[in-house]
Amino acid sequence: MNKMGGWRIGRRAVLAAGVSALAMPFAARSEPLAVPRWSREPGTSPGPYGQPSPRENGTVRALMPLFGDVAPGISTANTPLERLEGVITPNGLHFARSHGGVPDIDPAAHRLLVHGKTTRTLTFDMEALARYPMVTRACFIECSGNSFQHSLSQPRQLELGLVHGLISTAEWTGVPLSVLLEEAGLENDAQWLLVEGADAVAMSRSLPVAKALKDSFVALYQNGERLRPEQGYPLRLIVPGWQGNLHIKWLRRIKAVDGPTHTRDETSRYSLLRPDGKAQEFPLPMPVKSLIVKPSYGQILKPGYQAVSGLAWTGTGLIDRVEVSADGGKTWDKARLDGQVREYLPVRFRWDWVWDGRPAVLQARAVDTKGHVQPSHAQWKAENHPTQRFHCNAIQSWSLDSDGIVENVFV
Amino acid sequence: MASSKMFSFKAALWAVLSLAWLGTAWADGPGLGVAIDPKDASAWDLDISPAGAGLPAGHGSAREGASVYAEFCQSCHGKSGQSGKADELVGGVGTLATRDAERTVGSFWPYATSVFDYIRRAMPWGRPGTLSDDQLYAVTAWILAENRIIASDDDMNALTLPKVEMPNRNGFFVKPEDWR
Repeated sequence: MNKMGGWRIGRRAVLAAGVSALAMPFAARSEPLAVPRWSREPGTSPGPYGQPSPRENGTVRALMPLFGDVAPGISTANTPLERLEGVITPNGLHFARSHGGVPDIDPAAHRLLVHGKTTRTLTFDMEALARYPMVTRACFIECSGNSFQHSLSQPRQLELGLVHGLISTAEWTGVPLSVLLEEAGLENDAQWLLVEGADAVAMSRSLPVAKALKDSFVALYQNGERLRPEQGYPLRLIVPGWQGNLHIKWLRRIKAVDGPTHTRDETSRYSLLRPDGKAQEFPLPMPVKSLIVKPSYGQILKPGYQAVSGLAWTGTGLIDRVEVSADGGKTWDKARLDGQVREYLPVRFRWDWVWDGRPAVLQARAVDTKGHVQPSHAQWKAENHPTQRFHCNAIQSWSLDSDGIVENVFV
Repeated sequence: MASSKMFSFKAALWAVLSLAWLGTAWADGPGLGVAIDPKDASAWDLDISPAGAGLPAGHGSAREGASVYAEFCQSCHGKSGQSGKADELVGGVGTLATRDAERTVGSFWPYATSVFDYIRRAMPWGRPGTLSDDQLYAVTAWILAENRIIASDDDMNALTLPKVEMPNRNGFFVKPEDWR
Protein backbone atom coordinates (compact mmCIF):
# COMPACT_ATOMS: atom_id res chain seq x y z
CA MET A 1 0.00 0.00 0.00
CA ASN A 2 1.24 3.43 -0.87
CA LYS A 3 1.01 6.45 1.32
CA MET A 4 -0.16 9.82 0.17
CA GLY A 5 0.11 12.83 2.44
CA GLY A 6 0.57 10.46 5.35
CA TRP A 7 -2.78 8.79 4.65
CA ARG A 8 -3.26 5.37 3.21
CA ILE A 9 -5.39 5.46 0.13
CA GLY A 10 -7.19 2.65 -1.62
CA ARG A 11 -5.26 0.31 -3.89
CA ARG A 12 -7.63 0.96 -6.75
CA ALA A 13 -7.03 4.72 -6.50
CA VAL A 14 -3.24 4.22 -6.29
CA LEU A 15 -3.15 2.02 -9.39
CA ALA A 16 -5.26 4.43 -11.36
CA ALA A 17 -3.28 7.44 -10.09
CA GLY A 18 -0.09 5.71 -11.29
CA VAL A 19 -1.57 5.35 -14.73
CA SER A 20 -2.59 9.01 -14.89
CA ALA A 21 0.87 10.11 -13.62
CA LEU A 22 2.44 8.30 -16.58
CA ALA A 23 0.04 9.99 -18.91
CA MET A 24 0.80 13.46 -17.51
CA PRO A 25 3.22 15.51 -19.66
CA PHE A 26 6.55 16.40 -18.07
CA ALA A 27 6.64 20.09 -17.06
CA ALA A 28 8.91 21.28 -19.85
CA ARG A 29 8.03 24.97 -19.99
CA SER A 30 7.61 27.10 -16.87
CA GLU A 31 7.78 30.73 -15.71
CA PRO A 32 10.21 31.97 -13.03
CA LEU A 33 8.40 32.43 -9.69
CA ALA A 34 7.67 36.09 -8.97
CA VAL A 35 7.85 37.70 -5.50
CA PRO A 36 4.40 39.21 -4.98
CA ARG A 37 3.67 42.69 -3.65
CA TRP A 38 2.50 41.43 -0.22
CA SER A 39 5.90 39.88 0.35
CA ARG A 40 7.67 43.16 -0.30
CA GLU A 41 5.78 45.54 2.02
CA PRO A 42 4.40 45.27 5.58
CA GLY A 43 0.73 44.51 5.93
CA THR A 44 -1.92 46.01 8.17
CA SER A 45 -2.28 45.39 11.91
CA PRO A 46 -4.86 42.88 13.17
CA GLY A 47 -8.30 44.22 14.09
CA PRO A 48 -10.08 43.69 17.42
CA TYR A 49 -12.23 40.88 16.02
CA GLY A 50 -10.75 38.88 13.17
CA GLN A 51 -12.79 38.67 10.00
CA PRO A 52 -12.68 36.28 7.04
CA SER A 53 -10.70 37.38 4.00
CA PRO A 54 -12.79 39.65 1.76
CA ARG A 55 -11.80 37.22 -0.99
CA GLU A 56 -13.94 34.60 0.75
CA ASN A 57 -17.03 36.78 0.79
CA GLY A 58 -19.03 34.11 -1.03
CA THR A 59 -18.92 31.93 2.07
CA VAL A 60 -22.17 33.15 3.57
CA ARG A 61 -25.50 31.71 4.60
CA ALA A 62 -28.48 31.65 2.27
CA LEU A 63 -31.43 33.44 3.86
CA MET A 64 -34.98 32.25 3.46
CA PRO A 65 -37.84 34.34 4.87
CA LEU A 66 -40.61 31.76 5.20
CA PHE A 67 -43.57 34.14 5.40
CA GLY A 68 -42.14 37.09 3.47
CA ASP A 69 -43.22 40.49 4.71
CA VAL A 70 -46.02 39.07 6.85
CA ALA A 71 -43.55 37.90 9.48
CA PRO A 72 -39.94 38.67 8.56
CA GLY A 73 -38.74 37.19 11.87
CA ILE A 74 -39.81 33.73 10.76
CA SER A 75 -36.82 32.74 8.69
CA THR A 76 -33.92 30.42 8.14
CA ALA A 77 -30.24 31.00 7.41
CA ASN A 78 -28.60 27.91 5.90
CA THR A 79 -25.02 26.87 6.51
CA PRO A 80 -23.04 26.78 3.22
CA LEU A 81 -21.86 23.21 3.83
CA GLU A 82 -20.31 22.97 0.36
CA ARG A 83 -17.83 25.73 1.23
CA LEU A 84 -16.67 24.38 4.60
CA GLU A 85 -14.28 21.64 5.74
CA GLY A 86 -13.82 19.67 8.94
CA VAL A 87 -16.83 19.30 11.19
CA ILE A 88 -16.98 22.52 13.26
CA THR A 89 -19.11 25.35 11.86
CA PRO A 90 -17.79 28.90 12.33
CA ASN A 91 -20.15 30.80 14.63
CA GLY A 92 -21.26 33.29 12.00
CA LEU A 93 -22.16 30.47 9.62
CA HIS A 94 -24.06 28.27 12.09
CA PHE A 95 -27.56 27.79 10.72
CA ALA A 96 -30.32 29.82 12.31
CA ARG A 97 -34.05 29.24 12.38
CA SER A 98 -36.25 31.57 14.31
CA HIS A 99 -40.00 31.51 14.78
CA GLY A 100 -40.41 35.00 16.13
CA GLY A 101 -37.27 36.89 15.20
CA VAL A 102 -34.02 37.36 17.10
CA PRO A 103 -34.65 39.21 20.37
CA ASP A 104 -32.23 41.83 21.67
CA ILE A 105 -31.75 40.60 25.23
CA ASP A 106 -30.00 42.54 27.98
CA PRO A 107 -28.05 39.82 29.81
CA ALA A 108 -28.19 41.79 33.06
CA ALA A 109 -32.00 41.60 32.97
CA HIS A 110 -32.25 38.01 31.77
CA ARG A 111 -33.39 35.33 34.23
CA LEU A 112 -33.77 31.58 34.06
CA LEU A 113 -36.78 30.38 36.06
CA VAL A 114 -36.82 26.77 37.32
CA HIS A 115 -40.16 25.81 38.85
CA GLY A 116 -43.19 23.54 38.72
CA LYS A 117 -42.81 20.16 40.39
CA THR A 118 -39.75 21.26 42.31
CA THR A 119 -39.35 21.79 46.03
CA ARG A 120 -38.17 25.34 45.37
CA THR A 121 -38.91 27.99 42.75
CA LEU A 122 -35.55 29.37 41.67
CA THR A 123 -34.29 32.12 39.40
CA PHE A 124 -30.75 32.32 38.07
CA ASP A 125 -29.19 35.42 36.59
CA MET A 126 -26.40 35.20 34.04
CA GLU A 127 -23.75 36.28 36.51
CA ALA A 128 -24.69 33.38 38.79
CA LEU A 129 -24.85 30.84 35.95
CA ALA A 130 -21.38 31.89 34.79
CA ARG A 131 -20.03 30.78 38.20
CA TYR A 132 -21.32 27.20 37.93
CA PRO A 133 -19.15 24.22 37.07
CA MET A 134 -19.44 23.76 33.30
CA VAL A 135 -19.23 21.06 30.70
CA THR A 136 -18.09 21.35 27.09
CA ARG A 137 -19.47 19.25 24.29
CA ALA A 138 -19.05 19.45 20.54
CA CYS A 139 -22.28 18.31 18.92
CA PHE A 140 -24.44 18.88 15.91
CA ILE A 141 -27.73 20.71 15.93
CA GLU A 142 -30.01 19.76 13.08
CA CYS A 143 -33.33 21.43 12.39
CA SER A 144 -36.16 18.89 12.14
CA GLY A 145 -37.00 20.54 8.83
CA ASN A 146 -33.50 20.16 7.43
CA SER A 147 -33.47 18.64 3.92
CA PHE A 148 -37.17 19.38 3.39
CA GLN A 149 -36.21 20.19 -0.21
CA HIS A 150 -34.97 16.60 -0.41
CA SER A 151 -38.36 15.27 0.76
CA LEU A 152 -40.13 16.59 -2.34
CA SER A 153 -41.05 14.36 -5.26
CA GLN A 154 -38.58 15.99 -7.68
CA PRO A 155 -34.87 16.66 -6.98
CA ARG A 156 -33.95 20.33 -6.55
CA GLN A 157 -30.94 21.66 -8.43
CA LEU A 158 -29.60 23.78 -5.60
CA GLU A 159 -26.30 23.99 -3.81
CA LEU A 160 -25.84 21.56 -0.95
CA GLY A 161 -26.36 24.14 1.81
CA LEU A 162 -29.67 25.25 0.35
CA VAL A 163 -31.02 21.70 0.46
CA HIS A 164 -29.29 20.30 3.56
CA GLY A 165 -27.76 23.32 5.35
CA LEU A 166 -29.93 23.34 8.47
CA ILE A 167 -27.28 21.33 10.31
CA SER A 168 -24.25 22.82 12.00
CA THR A 169 -21.76 21.77 14.63
CA ALA A 170 -20.23 23.76 17.44
CA GLU A 171 -18.50 23.21 20.74
CA TRP A 172 -20.96 24.35 23.38
CA THR A 173 -20.10 25.12 27.00
CA GLY A 174 -22.49 25.55 29.88
CA VAL A 175 -24.08 24.24 33.05
CA PRO A 176 -25.56 20.72 33.23
CA LEU A 177 -29.33 20.70 33.69
CA SER A 178 -28.83 18.01 36.33
CA VAL A 179 -27.06 20.53 38.58
CA LEU A 180 -29.79 23.17 38.24
CA LEU A 181 -32.62 20.63 38.65
CA GLU A 182 -30.96 19.12 41.70
CA GLU A 183 -30.66 22.55 43.25
CA ALA A 184 -34.37 23.21 42.66
CA GLY A 185 -35.26 19.73 43.97
CA LEU A 186 -37.17 17.69 41.39
CA GLU A 187 -40.26 16.02 42.81
CA ASN A 188 -40.72 12.29 42.19
CA ASP A 189 -43.57 12.66 39.70
CA ALA A 190 -41.69 15.20 37.57
CA GLN A 191 -41.27 13.19 34.39
CA TRP A 192 -41.09 15.95 31.78
CA LEU A 193 -39.83 19.50 31.52
CA LEU A 194 -41.53 22.31 29.68
CA VAL A 195 -38.68 24.40 28.26
CA GLU A 196 -39.38 27.88 26.94
CA GLY A 197 -37.63 30.78 25.23
CA ALA A 198 -37.87 34.50 25.90
CA ASP A 199 -38.57 35.38 22.27
CA ALA A 200 -41.86 36.91 21.14
CA VAL A 201 -43.42 33.52 20.41
CA ALA A 202 -42.20 32.07 23.72
CA MET A 203 -41.05 28.94 21.88
CA SER A 204 -42.00 26.01 24.05
CA ARG A 205 -41.26 22.30 23.94
CA SER A 206 -41.47 19.25 26.22
CA LEU A 207 -38.34 17.33 27.19
CA PRO A 208 -38.27 14.00 29.08
CA VAL A 209 -36.52 14.42 32.44
CA ALA A 210 -34.32 11.37 31.73
CA LYS A 211 -32.65 13.10 28.77
CA ALA A 212 -32.36 16.35 30.72
CA LEU A 213 -30.49 14.57 33.51
CA LYS A 214 -28.42 12.42 31.16
CA ASP A 215 -26.56 14.99 29.06
CA SER A 216 -28.55 18.20 28.46
CA PHE A 217 -27.13 21.55 29.53
CA VAL A 218 -27.71 25.29 29.35
CA ALA A 219 -25.01 26.80 27.10
CA LEU A 220 -23.45 30.22 27.62
CA TYR A 221 -20.62 29.73 25.13
CA GLN A 222 -20.36 28.60 21.52
CA ASN A 223 -16.93 27.70 20.15
CA GLY A 224 -15.36 29.47 23.09
CA GLU A 225 -17.15 32.81 22.86
CA ARG A 226 -20.45 33.91 24.35
CA LEU A 227 -23.46 32.86 22.31
CA ARG A 228 -24.47 35.10 19.47
CA PRO A 229 -27.96 36.62 19.48
CA GLU A 230 -29.11 34.38 16.61
CA GLN A 231 -28.00 31.35 18.59
CA GLY A 232 -29.86 32.22 21.77
CA TYR A 233 -27.81 34.84 23.59
CA PRO A 234 -27.43 34.81 26.50
CA LEU A 235 -28.63 31.26 27.21
CA ARG A 236 -29.53 28.25 25.09
CA LEU A 237 -30.58 24.72 25.89
CA ILE A 238 -28.46 21.96 24.37
CA VAL A 239 -30.12 18.54 24.04
CA PRO A 240 -27.38 16.57 22.26
CA GLY A 241 -28.51 14.68 19.17
CA TRP A 242 -32.18 15.59 19.46
CA GLN A 243 -34.44 17.80 17.33
CA GLY A 244 -32.95 21.25 16.71
CA ASN A 245 -36.16 22.88 17.84
CA LEU A 246 -35.66 21.42 21.33
CA HIS A 247 -32.42 23.39 21.71
CA ILE A 248 -34.48 26.31 23.02
CA LYS A 249 -32.76 29.62 22.34
CA TRP A 250 -33.06 32.62 24.68
CA LEU A 251 -33.96 30.08 27.37
CA ARG A 252 -35.90 31.68 30.21
CA ARG A 253 -37.94 28.94 31.81
CA ILE A 254 -37.81 25.28 32.80
CA LYS A 255 -40.95 23.88 34.39
CA ALA A 256 -41.05 20.37 35.83
CA VAL A 257 -44.35 18.67 34.98
CA ASP A 258 -45.80 15.17 35.15
CA GLY A 259 -46.46 14.77 31.41
CA PRO A 260 -45.77 16.45 28.09
CA THR A 261 -47.56 19.75 27.43
CA HIS A 262 -48.27 18.90 23.74
CA THR A 263 -47.38 22.40 22.62
CA ARG A 264 -48.19 23.64 19.14
CA ASP A 265 -44.61 23.02 17.96
CA GLU A 266 -44.54 19.39 19.10
CA THR A 267 -47.97 18.43 17.79
CA SER A 268 -48.75 20.45 14.69
CA ARG A 269 -45.12 21.05 13.68
CA TYR A 270 -42.32 18.68 14.61
CA SER A 271 -44.28 15.44 14.42
CA LEU A 272 -44.04 12.94 11.55
CA LEU A 273 -47.11 12.14 9.45
CA ARG A 274 -47.25 8.64 7.99
CA PRO A 275 -49.06 7.65 4.80
CA ASP A 276 -51.93 6.19 6.89
CA GLY A 277 -52.65 9.61 8.42
CA LYS A 278 -51.25 8.79 11.87
CA ALA A 279 -48.45 10.99 13.17
CA GLN A 280 -45.51 10.16 15.41
CA GLU A 281 -45.32 12.71 18.20
CA PHE A 282 -41.96 13.33 19.91
CA PRO A 283 -39.64 11.76 17.30
CA LEU A 284 -36.90 13.33 19.38
CA PRO A 285 -33.50 11.92 18.31
CA MET A 286 -32.40 12.95 14.82
CA PRO A 287 -31.92 9.95 12.51
CA VAL A 288 -28.66 8.66 11.02
CA LYS A 289 -27.60 10.63 7.96
CA SER A 290 -24.69 11.34 5.65
CA LEU A 291 -24.05 13.70 2.76
CA ILE A 292 -21.36 13.80 0.12
CA VAL A 293 -20.15 17.39 0.26
CA LYS A 294 -17.42 17.07 -2.37
CA PRO A 295 -18.49 16.76 -5.06
CA SER A 296 -21.96 18.24 -4.87
CA TYR A 297 -24.31 20.30 -7.03
CA GLY A 298 -22.67 23.22 -8.82
CA GLN A 299 -19.21 21.67 -8.98
CA ILE A 300 -17.63 20.57 -12.26
CA LEU A 301 -15.18 17.67 -12.17
CA LYS A 302 -12.27 16.81 -14.40
CA PRO A 303 -11.48 13.14 -14.94
CA GLY A 304 -8.86 11.63 -12.67
CA TYR A 305 -8.34 11.52 -8.92
CA GLN A 306 -11.23 12.85 -6.77
CA ALA A 307 -11.00 13.43 -3.03
CA VAL A 308 -14.62 12.58 -2.26
CA SER A 309 -15.63 13.70 1.23
CA GLY A 310 -18.67 14.40 3.32
CA LEU A 311 -20.32 14.47 6.71
CA ALA A 312 -22.08 11.76 8.68
CA TRP A 313 -23.95 12.03 11.97
CA THR A 314 -26.61 10.34 14.08
CA GLY A 315 -28.73 11.17 17.09
CA THR A 316 -28.88 7.48 18.03
CA GLY A 317 -25.58 5.91 19.08
CA LEU A 318 -22.37 6.41 17.14
CA ILE A 319 -21.56 6.38 13.44
CA ASP A 320 -20.47 2.80 12.78
CA ARG A 321 -19.52 3.20 9.13
CA VAL A 322 -20.09 5.21 5.98
CA GLU A 323 -20.20 3.48 2.63
CA VAL A 324 -19.82 5.21 -0.71
CA SER A 325 -21.07 4.07 -4.10
CA ALA A 326 -20.10 5.47 -7.49
CA ASP A 327 -22.49 3.28 -9.46
CA GLY A 328 -25.85 4.34 -8.10
CA GLY A 329 -25.86 1.87 -5.22
CA LYS A 330 -24.89 -1.36 -7.02
CA THR A 331 -21.59 -1.64 -5.15
CA TRP A 332 -20.51 0.04 -1.93
CA ASP A 333 -17.07 0.71 -0.50
CA LYS A 334 -16.24 1.70 3.07
CA ALA A 335 -15.10 5.31 3.43
CA ARG A 336 -12.32 6.37 5.80
CA LEU A 337 -13.57 8.18 8.91
CA ASP A 338 -11.34 11.21 9.44
CA GLY A 339 -10.80 11.92 13.12
CA GLN A 340 -12.61 10.73 16.20
CA VAL A 341 -16.03 9.16 16.18
CA ARG A 342 -17.85 10.60 19.17
CA GLU A 343 -21.48 10.56 20.19
CA TYR A 344 -23.41 13.45 18.57
CA LEU A 345 -20.29 14.79 16.84
CA PRO A 346 -20.46 14.54 13.04
CA VAL A 347 -17.55 12.78 11.41
CA ARG A 348 -15.90 13.74 8.15
CA PHE A 349 -15.60 10.78 5.82
CA ARG A 350 -13.19 10.57 2.92
CA TRP A 351 -13.04 8.30 -0.09
CA ASP A 352 -10.42 8.27 -2.81
CA TRP A 353 -11.82 7.79 -6.25
CA VAL A 354 -10.55 8.02 -9.78
CA TRP A 355 -13.20 9.14 -12.18
CA ASP A 356 -12.86 7.64 -15.63
CA GLY A 357 -14.90 10.39 -17.25
CA ARG A 358 -18.01 8.28 -17.79
CA PRO A 359 -21.42 9.09 -16.28
CA ALA A 360 -21.63 8.01 -12.64
CA VAL A 361 -23.92 8.35 -9.61
CA LEU A 362 -22.27 9.04 -6.25
CA GLN A 363 -23.97 8.19 -2.98
CA ALA A 364 -23.05 7.87 0.68
CA ARG A 365 -24.88 5.71 3.19
CA ALA A 366 -24.30 5.88 6.95
CA VAL A 367 -24.96 3.13 9.48
CA ASP A 368 -24.98 3.76 13.24
CA THR A 369 -24.13 1.50 16.17
CA LYS A 370 -27.82 1.03 16.97
CA GLY A 371 -28.17 -0.63 13.57
CA HIS A 372 -30.00 2.21 11.83
CA VAL A 373 -29.20 2.36 8.12
CA GLN A 374 -29.78 5.50 6.11
CA PRO A 375 -32.72 4.76 3.75
CA SER A 376 -32.88 5.25 0.01
CA HIS A 377 -35.05 8.07 -1.26
CA ALA A 378 -37.73 5.61 -2.34
CA GLN A 379 -37.72 3.88 1.06
CA TRP A 380 -38.01 7.16 2.91
CA LYS A 381 -40.86 8.33 0.70
CA ALA A 382 -42.69 5.03 1.23
CA GLU A 383 -42.51 5.36 5.01
CA ASN A 384 -43.62 8.99 5.14
CA HIS A 385 -46.75 10.84 4.06
CA PRO A 386 -46.27 12.61 0.68
CA THR A 387 -46.60 15.97 2.47
CA GLN A 388 -44.22 15.03 5.30
CA ARG A 389 -41.17 17.30 5.30
CA PHE A 390 -39.43 16.62 8.62
CA HIS A 391 -36.51 14.31 9.48
CA CYS A 392 -35.64 13.56 5.87
CA ASN A 393 -32.49 11.41 6.05
CA ALA A 394 -32.86 9.78 2.63
CA ILE A 395 -29.62 9.09 0.77
CA GLN A 396 -28.46 12.02 -1.36
CA SER A 397 -27.41 11.02 -4.88
CA TRP A 398 -25.23 13.11 -7.17
CA SER A 399 -25.14 12.28 -10.86
CA LEU A 400 -22.08 13.08 -12.89
CA ASP A 401 -22.34 13.40 -16.67
CA SER A 402 -19.47 13.03 -19.13
CA ASP A 403 -18.83 16.81 -18.93
CA GLY A 404 -18.24 16.50 -15.19
CA ILE A 405 -21.40 18.40 -14.26
CA VAL A 406 -22.87 17.36 -10.90
CA GLU A 407 -26.62 17.24 -10.50
CA ASN A 408 -29.06 16.19 -7.80
CA VAL A 409 -30.93 13.00 -8.70
CA PHE A 410 -33.25 10.59 -6.92
CA VAL A 411 -32.12 6.98 -7.22
CA MET B 1 10.70 6.19 59.60
CA ALA B 2 7.55 4.79 61.16
CA SER B 3 6.21 8.26 62.00
CA SER B 4 6.83 9.60 58.52
CA LYS B 5 4.96 6.60 57.12
CA MET B 6 2.13 7.34 59.53
CA PHE B 7 2.23 10.99 58.44
CA SER B 8 1.98 10.13 54.78
CA PHE B 9 -0.87 7.74 55.50
CA LYS B 10 -2.75 10.50 57.35
CA ALA B 11 -2.03 12.96 54.56
CA ALA B 12 -3.30 10.51 52.00
CA LEU B 13 -6.44 9.89 54.04
CA TRP B 14 -7.06 13.62 54.32
CA ALA B 15 -6.46 14.07 50.64
CA VAL B 16 -9.00 11.34 49.83
CA LEU B 17 -11.55 12.72 52.29
CA SER B 18 -11.23 16.30 51.10
CA LEU B 19 -11.44 15.20 47.45
CA ALA B 20 -14.59 13.29 48.30
CA TRP B 21 -16.00 16.37 50.01
CA LEU B 22 -15.04 18.59 47.07
CA GLY B 23 -16.61 16.07 44.73
CA THR B 24 -19.88 16.30 46.62
CA ALA B 25 -19.79 20.08 46.57
CA TRP B 26 -19.06 20.00 42.83
CA ALA B 27 -22.03 17.74 42.11
CA ASP B 28 -24.34 20.00 44.10
CA GLY B 29 -23.16 23.16 42.37
CA PRO B 30 -22.56 26.46 44.12
CA GLY B 31 -26.24 26.93 44.99
CA LEU B 32 -26.61 30.41 43.51
CA GLY B 33 -30.26 30.13 42.51
CA VAL B 34 -32.48 32.71 44.18
CA ALA B 35 -35.61 31.24 45.76
CA ILE B 36 -38.75 33.22 44.92
CA ASP B 37 -42.39 32.96 45.93
CA PRO B 38 -44.08 30.74 43.27
CA LYS B 39 -46.79 33.42 42.96
CA ASP B 40 -44.17 35.83 41.62
CA ALA B 41 -43.60 33.51 38.65
CA SER B 42 -47.20 33.84 37.42
CA ALA B 43 -46.55 36.33 34.59
CA TRP B 44 -44.17 33.80 33.01
CA ASP B 45 -46.19 30.69 33.85
CA LEU B 46 -47.80 30.49 30.41
CA ASP B 47 -48.15 26.81 29.61
CA ILE B 48 -51.48 25.02 29.68
CA SER B 49 -51.63 21.26 30.15
CA PRO B 50 -54.03 19.09 28.12
CA ALA B 51 -56.01 18.64 31.35
CA GLY B 52 -56.44 22.40 31.56
CA ALA B 53 -53.92 23.22 34.31
CA GLY B 54 -52.87 26.82 33.85
CA LEU B 55 -56.08 28.05 32.21
CA PRO B 56 -57.07 31.45 33.60
CA ALA B 57 -60.49 32.65 34.70
CA GLY B 58 -62.65 34.17 32.01
CA HIS B 59 -64.74 32.82 29.15
CA GLY B 60 -65.94 33.42 25.63
CA SER B 61 -67.91 31.94 22.74
CA ALA B 62 -67.42 31.85 18.98
CA ARG B 63 -70.15 34.47 18.60
CA GLU B 64 -67.99 36.86 20.63
CA GLY B 65 -64.80 35.60 19.02
CA ALA B 66 -65.80 36.54 15.47
CA SER B 67 -64.97 40.21 16.02
CA VAL B 68 -61.69 39.36 17.80
CA TYR B 69 -60.73 37.18 14.86
CA ALA B 70 -61.67 39.82 12.31
CA GLU B 71 -59.66 42.48 14.11
CA PHE B 72 -56.50 40.59 15.04
CA CYS B 73 -56.17 37.42 12.95
CA GLN B 74 -57.99 37.67 9.63
CA SER B 75 -55.39 39.76 7.80
CA CYS B 76 -52.91 36.86 7.95
CA HIS B 77 -55.11 33.78 8.36
CA GLY B 78 -57.87 34.62 5.87
CA LYS B 79 -61.52 35.48 6.31
CA SER B 80 -62.64 32.05 7.48
CA GLY B 81 -59.35 30.69 8.75
CA GLN B 82 -58.40 29.50 5.28
CA SER B 83 -56.43 30.73 2.28
CA GLY B 84 -54.54 33.38 4.20
CA LYS B 85 -50.83 34.17 4.04
CA ALA B 86 -50.23 32.33 7.32
CA ASP B 87 -51.14 28.84 8.52
CA GLU B 88 -54.54 27.32 7.72
CA LEU B 89 -56.67 27.13 10.83
CA VAL B 90 -59.86 25.60 9.49
CA GLY B 91 -60.87 22.60 7.42
CA GLY B 92 -59.16 19.43 6.25
CA VAL B 93 -60.87 17.07 8.70
CA GLY B 94 -60.61 13.55 7.29
CA THR B 95 -57.85 14.39 4.80
CA LEU B 96 -54.80 13.19 6.76
CA ALA B 97 -54.72 9.75 5.17
CA THR B 98 -55.16 11.16 1.67
CA ARG B 99 -52.44 12.48 -0.64
CA ASP B 100 -53.57 16.04 -0.07
CA ALA B 101 -53.50 16.02 3.72
CA GLU B 102 -54.39 19.40 5.16
CA ARG B 103 -52.97 19.95 8.61
CA THR B 104 -55.11 22.60 10.25
CA VAL B 105 -56.09 23.21 13.88
CA GLY B 106 -59.32 21.36 13.17
CA SER B 107 -57.90 18.42 11.27
CA PHE B 108 -54.60 17.86 13.05
CA TRP B 109 -54.23 19.42 16.50
CA PRO B 110 -54.95 16.83 19.22
CA TYR B 111 -55.77 19.22 22.10
CA ALA B 112 -57.93 22.35 22.28
CA THR B 113 -55.81 23.56 25.20
CA SER B 114 -52.81 23.93 22.86
CA VAL B 115 -54.82 26.36 20.73
CA PHE B 116 -55.42 28.68 23.69
CA ASP B 117 -51.82 28.19 24.88
CA TYR B 118 -50.32 29.07 21.49
CA ILE B 119 -52.52 32.09 20.81
CA ARG B 120 -51.76 33.44 24.26
CA ARG B 121 -47.99 32.97 23.99
CA ALA B 122 -47.43 33.97 20.38
CA MET B 123 -50.39 35.80 18.87
CA PRO B 124 -51.49 38.19 17.50
CA TRP B 125 -48.31 38.25 15.45
CA GLY B 126 -46.11 41.12 16.63
CA ARG B 127 -48.29 41.83 19.67
CA PRO B 128 -48.34 38.69 21.82
CA GLY B 129 -49.89 39.09 25.24
CA THR B 130 -52.25 41.89 24.27
CA LEU B 131 -55.53 39.93 24.15
CA SER B 132 -57.57 39.67 27.35
CA ASP B 133 -58.39 36.24 28.75
CA ASP B 134 -62.01 36.65 27.58
CA GLN B 135 -60.80 37.53 24.08
CA LEU B 136 -58.48 34.49 24.11
CA TYR B 137 -61.33 32.15 25.06
CA ALA B 138 -63.60 33.76 22.47
CA VAL B 139 -61.18 33.56 19.57
CA THR B 140 -60.24 30.00 20.50
CA ALA B 141 -63.95 29.19 20.49
CA TRP B 142 -64.29 30.85 17.07
CA ILE B 143 -61.57 28.64 15.55
CA LEU B 144 -63.12 25.52 17.10
CA ALA B 145 -66.63 26.45 15.96
CA GLU B 146 -65.47 27.34 12.45
CA ASN B 147 -64.10 23.77 12.34
CA ARG B 148 -67.55 22.55 13.53
CA ILE B 149 -66.00 21.04 16.66
CA ILE B 150 -68.19 23.13 19.01
CA ALA B 151 -71.30 25.23 18.49
CA SER B 152 -71.11 29.00 18.09
CA ASP B 153 -72.87 29.54 21.44
CA ASP B 154 -70.73 27.07 23.42
CA ASP B 155 -69.02 28.91 26.23
CA MET B 156 -65.32 28.16 26.50
CA ASN B 157 -63.73 28.51 29.93
CA ALA B 158 -61.26 26.71 32.19
CA LEU B 159 -63.70 23.83 32.68
CA THR B 160 -65.15 23.39 29.19
CA LEU B 161 -62.08 23.92 26.98
CA PRO B 162 -60.11 20.84 28.19
CA LYS B 163 -63.24 18.72 27.57
CA VAL B 164 -63.44 19.61 23.87
CA GLU B 165 -62.79 16.48 21.82
CA MET B 166 -60.57 17.30 18.87
CA PRO B 167 -61.17 15.19 15.72
CA ASN B 168 -57.54 14.02 15.60
CA ARG B 169 -57.22 13.36 19.35
CA ASN B 170 -56.18 9.74 18.69
CA GLY B 171 -54.14 10.47 15.59
CA PHE B 172 -50.74 10.45 17.31
CA PHE B 173 -48.44 7.75 18.59
CA VAL B 174 -45.12 7.88 20.43
CA LYS B 175 -42.05 5.65 20.48
CA PRO B 176 -40.55 6.19 23.94
CA GLU B 177 -37.99 3.44 23.30
CA ASP B 178 -36.24 5.92 20.95
CA TRP B 179 -35.67 8.37 23.81
CA ARG B 180 -33.29 6.08 25.69
